[in-house]
Amino acid sequence: KSTLVIAEHNNEKLTPVTLNAVTAATKLGGEVSCLVLGSQCAKVAEEVSQIKGVSKVLLADSDVFKGFLPESITPFLLATQNQFNFSHILAPATAIGKNVMPRLAAKLDVSPISDIIGVKDDSTFVRTIYAGNAIQTLTSNEPVKVITVRGTAFEAAETGGSAATENVSADAVTNDLSDFVGQELSKSDRPELASAKTVVAGGRGMKNGDNFKLLYDLADKLKAAVGASRAAVDAGFVPNDMQVGQTGKIVAPELYIAVGISGAIQHLAGMKDSKVIVAINKDPEAPIFQVADYGLVQDLFKAVPEMTELVGK
Amino acid sequence: MSGLRILVGCKRVIDYAVKVRVKPDKTGVVTEGVKHSMNPFDEIAVEEAVRMKEKKLASEIVAVSCGPTQCQETLRTAMAMGADRSIHVEVDAQSYEGMQPIHVAKILSKIAQQEKVDLVFTGKQAIDDDCNQTGQMIAALLDWPQATFASKVEKANGDLTVTREIDGGLETIKVKTPAVLTADLRLNEPRYATLPNIMKAKKKKLEKKKPSDYGVELSPRQQVVSVEDPPVRQAGSKLDSVEELVGKLKDSGLIPS
Repeated sequence: KSTLVIAEHNNEKLTPVTLNAVTAATKLGGEVSCLVLGSQCAKVAEEVSQIKGVSKVLLADSDVFKGFLPESITPFLLATQNQFNFSHILAPATAIGKNVMPRLAAKLDVSPISDIIGVKDDSTFVRTIYAGNAIQTLTSNEPVKVITVRGTAFEAAETGGSAATENVSADAVTNDLSDFVGQELSKSDRPELASAKTVVAGGRGMKNGDNFKLLYDLADKLKAAVGASRAAVDAGFVPNDMQVGQTGKIVAPELYIAVGISGAIQHLAGMKDSKVIVAINKDPEAPIFQVADYGLVQDLFKAVPEMTELVGK
Repeated sequence: MSGLRILVGCKRVIDYAVKVRVKPDKTGVVTEGVKHSMNPFDEIAVEEAVRMKEKKLASEIVAVSCGPTQCQETLRTAMAMGADRSIHVEVDAQSYEGMQPIHVAKILSKIAQQEKVDLVFTGKQAIDDDCNQTGQMIAALLDWPQATFASKVEKANGDLTVTREIDGGLETIKVKTPAVLTADLRLNEPRYATLPNIMKAKKKKLEKKKPSDYGVELSPRQQVVSVEDPPVRQAGSKLDSVEELVGKLKDSGLIPS
């Protein structure tokens, strides 16, 4: 038994969700290797070598991986698998992981297992279906288990390890099927939504994008990330990367403050594992109150500034 | 050039507005007597294909669905939206339980080859199993490029320029055709089928096939051990003032005091 975890990063820094995927990998019982694939990403490999539980780091540094396109990553992963014969290949269930892993699985002729929230043994996994309305436990018969991991369901692995790094050549990899053109990433000094300890999120009740400033002010005092419901994103108040829910990001912070969010099933699927949920909504019947630890039936335009004022006093 | 030929995958799922119930024997969820419709993401894929045809970028749209007889209703919906014809790959109820995205991907990739399509379009995920796999697997089996989670698709010469929803925002890629696309939420808003179009769709061609016609065996790759209700979260207390709320959060160390 041996497991490969595909590290997620931006060539500069490791994305924290990789640490959660490593924890899932250590539950499988075999040796854990971690692959850092990118262009000019040696710094990331160094970071990965310090994750506890990782015994080996594989580093593949090549310009062919620019943009992390699945058409270049997949052939490389296939060659790597042929060389090392891992029993499990894991990646975080992020936009990149979800894009690449099924492609890899199809090439290996195995059925992948998406977005696991639990590991029972080396072939039995737990995941959610129907937007979190049912929990499925399944056993995979496949010779290689290709898995994506929901980060919020596993603790982050600690640092303090010292794994050796081995270079793997990607010279044989070419890609003439797709091109990376560019990215428009939302810039923010606030913590990353998926891994923030506190999240403040707004819904349709915010009425427009400008009013999100109320949430940014509160978030900055709380060192929180800001998220949104699908309704707020669809209405164009805020960009798509802020969406929390079934098809957006799954978050599980210590504290989740839902403001002007009614609590549609799709939204609850993305945040109901938060430790403490606060709901601020003027509609006392809003379903969000059914999952909230603390509910405040008030006009958010009054309550949020008041809260911002009181925090840190 | 006469425009792209598009194959669209349409899965029949429990309607998004239905509250699913887990079966008492924990083998799955209750599907009998429950309203079903086309997977909402697949509807977006059908809509985009139809818009491409309206813009003369596409020449023919073939809708396909794998599953029980009732999938034909899903295909009629796709045709009422504007698909030209459809293929129903009939799977009996028992085999359908073990059917997974890998099987669907194998069937759809065979159909894509037989029909000589330029584009396979599916939703990014089905709202029942939430797998998010089929499109990527079709692309792998055909060795075609994939543009998943698409929020904008433009045709430029032989290529497609696709804007994709990613974790930090949006990205743009170019893929050569033939290619596989999967639709994200914000690609478009699907139309409602009008009554005249629903009537017209009844006359459109619907071919019936079996997985074996495509040489695909539905041997299960996984066993479901159990399907259970998620842990229930208890509602807490309603508070009377912001002051009280901030006080509680400070006391429990959740916000700085």
